Amino acid sequence: MKAIVTVMLKQGVLDPQGEAVRSALGSMGFAGVAGVRQGKVIEMDLDDETTEAQVAEMCEKLLANTVIESYRVEMQP
Amino acid sequence: MKAAVIVFPGSNCDRDLAEGFGTAGFDVAMVWHKDTALPEGLDVVGVPGGFSYGDYLRCGAIAAQSPIMRAVAAFADRGGHVLGVCNGFQVLCETRLLPGVLMRNSGLKFICRVEPLIVATTESVFTSAYGPGAQIMIPIAHHDGNYQIDDAGLAALRAEDRIAFTYRDNPNGSRADIAGVLSANRRVMGMMPHPERAADPVHGGTDGVALFASLAQALVAA
Repeated sequence: MKAIVTVMLKQGVLDPQGEAVRSALGSMGFAGVAGVRQGKVIEMDLDDETTEAQVAEMCEKLLANTVIESYRVEMQP
Repeated sequence: MKAAVIVFPGSNCDRDLAEGFGTAGFDVAMVWHKDTALPEGLDVVGVPGGFSYGDYLRCGAIAAQSPIMRAVAAFADRGGHVLGVCNGFQVLCETRLLPGVLMRNSGLKFICRVEPLIVATTESVFTSAYGPGAQIMIPIAHHDGNYQIDDAGLAALRAEDRIAFTYRDNPNGSRADIAGVLSANRRVMGMMPHPERAADPVHGGTDGVALFASLAQALVAA
């Protein structure tokens, strides 16, 4: 099975990289991009017995810094 | 007096930091990240600058999970002194020995230059040899030195006088101009600027010497 973990900066945390991307899109002529947030996607190949709770523990301990980042786990068969 | 400097794959200021401790009179042991124990009889552990594990995932995140950092955390819990510089500060934040996080510089650029700092407290073994409010010149070299902490955390740092250094001309967006912070017991300090790069006349500046001297004086007295 697979787990797809999406790690994003929490709302309210300034994202200078996202802001730079937004500004670049604007200067390229793409109108109407009000905000850009940049995060990461982590794909994991897992043993079939792995539970979502175990993946959440991986997120808490390593994959995300929960001081500034939130994460979302999607389990796939 | 005995110091240990931790060496991770990608550390590049480990020998400089060892030199800083050594010049102040410490015997210095280099300790590899896969070791599970620190040498006996240590007075201080240095976590050096560099790019441990290539800054993969987040700066300091993988190093924080290395076997030796468990020993460093236990050493700190027993009241040991720990100094983290640059990447070492990031590692100490990732291990939660210090509060807050270091994010990408607000200007997005890697900054490498000598920066004026203000000594924000002299009430620590790392800063006692500086004058209160002294302005010192210390090099910075980082891409992720933008210190961020929540309102409650900042209030606690201020109330407990745990901000060690601030930038005079905030180069990276750090909250409250913070360049270095102390732990609640004041024995763990992390800072983004490099005192070990201002510790010899050939460096072009010696304002970092007092930091290592502070530590040496305090530990001799202890």
